Amino acid sequence: MNVRVYVVPKQGILDPQGAAVERSLPNLGFQGVSGVRIGKIIDLTIDGAGSEEAARAQVDEMCRKLLSNPIIEDYTFEITEG
Amino acid sequence: MTAVSPLRVGVVVFPGINTDGDTHHALETFPGVSAEYLWHKDTDLKGVDGIVIPGGFSYGDYLRCGAIARFSPIMQSITDFAAGGGLVMGICNGFQILIEAGLLPGGLIRNTGLKFVCRYVNLRVETADTPFTSACDKGDVLRIVVKHNEGNYTVDPATFEAMKANDQIVVRYVNAAGERAEGANPNGALDDIAGVCNEARNVFGMMPHPENSVEAELAGGADGRRFFGSMIDALRGAEVTA
Repeated sequence: MNVRVYVVPKQGILDPQGAAVERSLPNLGFQGVSGVRIGKIIDLTIDGAGSEEAARAQVDEMCRKLLSNPIIEDYTFEITEG
Repeated sequence: MTAVSPLRVGVVVFPGINTDGDTHHALETFPGVSAEYLWHKDTDLKGVDGIVIPGGFSYGDYLRCGAIARFSPIMQSITDFAAGGGLVMGICNGFQILIEAGLLPGGLIRNTGLKFVCRYVNLRVETADTPFTSACDKGDVLRIVVKHNEGNYTVDPATFEAMKANDQIVVRYVNAAGERAEGANPNGALDDIAGVCNEARNVFGMMPHPENSVEAELAGGADGRRFFGSMIDALRGAEVTA
């Protein structure tokens, strides 16, 4: 199974990179852009997890323990058959 | 005169840490103190009396600063050591590692200026009631350096209120006059926070680098001695009562 994890700065926490990009977009003529948040994508493959449910539980644990820091980041992920 | 038994302080070494040598040297400028390197793959703390996690770029800062180091074998031993009341101080990346390990509250994110900052800052001691600042008076202003890219301290509002109530904010960025002011905070940290301790007060982390200011005859001054000196005094006290 292929997994794509999205990690973004937690809502309410300042994202200095996102803020800088947001400030520069109007200079290129893009008006009305707000809420720019910069995060990361982590792709991984899981073999032998059995069911998608089991894989989902594994990935959720990975996200909580290592892939994200829940104090400063939010995560979501999607699983597709590989 | 009673002979003082040598005090042994551990300096943790992760791959990518680069101030381990400076920290080792800083500790040994104190008479009767022996610094011991503790390798990240070991679990043995070699019977040290206290621990300093130095700064640098453990594991290349991959994923998040301190995120990988947190899972190294030595960190489990350090977590147990801290749970037993042992004194643990984290400097810069060491602070980030202690945060990732959950030994200190909050988070450290990218500097608001998006730049690596390397300059002197003025720190105001907000509490002398910790084993790391007991040699200071509340309100003392100390001049030492910062050098980091992710030193922007943040914490959720509820925890922040609890930290203030428990007197856990140990040092803040101020101007030379000791006042909180525009431009004094190098990284955008919440409430100008430069260093915090845990509720039990035995774990302390700070972004600035006291190990670079331990010798008055050198350019960096000696204000950093106050943090190590406090810790060493506290450890000596513990030895006497033990």
